[in-house]
Amino acid sequence: MRARVWGCRGSLASPGPETIRYGGNTSCVEVRLDDGSLIILDAGTGIRPLGLTLRDELPRTIHLFLTHLHLDHLEGLGFFGPLWSPEVDLHIWGPPSPTRSLERRIARYFSPPLFPVHLLDIPSHPKFHDVPEDAWSIGGARIHARPVSHRGPAVGYRIRDNSKTLAYIPDHEPALGVDLREVEPEWISGHAVAHDADVLLHDAQYTEEEYVERIGWGHSSVSHVVTFANVVEANQLVMFHHDPLHTDDQLEDLLEEAKALWKGDGVGPVLAREGMELDLG
Amino acid sequence: MGEEHNLVMILARGMASAIATPWFLVDPDGTLVYYNEAAEAILGQTYAEAGALKPEEWGTMFRPEDLDTGKSVAPSDLPLAKALQDRVPAHGRLRITGLDEERRDIAVTAFPLFARTDEFVGAVAIFWEENGKG
Repeated sequence: MRARVWGCRGSLASPGPETIRYGGNTSCVEVRLDDGSLIILDAGTGIRPLGLTLRDELPRTIHLFLTHLHLDHLEGLGFFGPLWSPEVDLHIWGPPSPTRSLERRIARYFSPPLFPVHLLDIPSHPKFHDVPEDAWSIGGARIHARPVSHRGPAVGYRIRDNSKTLAYIPDHEPALGVDLREVEPEWISGHAVAHDADVLLHDAQYTEEEYVERIGWGHSSVSHVVTFANVVEANQLVMFHHDPLHTDDQLEDLLEEAKALWKGDGVGPVLAREGMELDLG
Repeated sequence: MGEEHNLVMILARGMASAIATPWFLVDPDGTLVYYNEAAEAILGQTYAEAGALKPEEWGTMFRPEDLDTGKSVAPSDLPLAKALQDRVPAHGRLRITGLDEERRDIAVTAFPLFARTDEFVGAVAIFWEENGKG
């Protein structure tokens, strides 16, 4: 299994000279399973350049996993080339809601005045799936999706392929009302998704000072994400969902803080950046 | 994949740990999986000491009586049991005997917890002492 980061910025696309090293596109990760199956994690603006690379060898089937429907995870979908190809079998998976189907919720974005083309008129006619409670298979991989602590319906994904595990929880506030260092693991949001992951891509949006002003907004501080990664015994933490106001230099300061806090074994923390490739073997 | 409580239960426990109102949290089987510090004051024992309790334990160990009639209340008639069995909110006024042997008059409101569309994941009971203290 291999993964490539196409967007790791949180909340709002933030291109410019101060974000050029880690990138300004919002969340999107390409995952290639060992059997060649393509899974895409989230449809932030990073999915646009990913779509461009797929033009020459258009996959017949694409699985798009949406963690939730905040715009920074959805806004690139209309500009994803394969969406407009009728020969592509596009499956869109996302969190269930008590009130509306996934298709109806996404259709709010794919309709005027927010978007010029109605969802019904999209040539690929995507198929929508609420993520199931139980694990399911795509290609040779087993997939788990579990609700996680964020505002509104949101899930994290766990992809296990040939004994390697990638966990993806880009928007997550596991420390809300919980001391991660003291509570039992089964009482920690996201633990089941991230436990023993070889690679964990996880929300690391805030400094400690910023978090205090934004408690309950659904994101993690650096100390929270490091503690979470250590508690779940992740081998490698990829700090993800960078705050749109953080420059490259500030991100590197946060990385140093994360390294100092890291108490686990394994590779430890790194910063997600556009173009980063993760080979899980 | 490892074990993890439903997110609604995790958030309910997080709220319980932050709120001043005494708070019981039970899983779908009725096992008492958490009560907060405020509840410890009424029940007379810390959660760390009591641990997880089965319904037949928490339903009887506080020797509940109806506050108006003075008669014992069957475990199945407790508000929390009704919230579990019937999956509807329930309310009652009780006299209980804490694990510290203190008798206390309390009002109890219990309600079921549902996640996603209709998944029943547990129930909460909140308590007030009848003298107005939470």
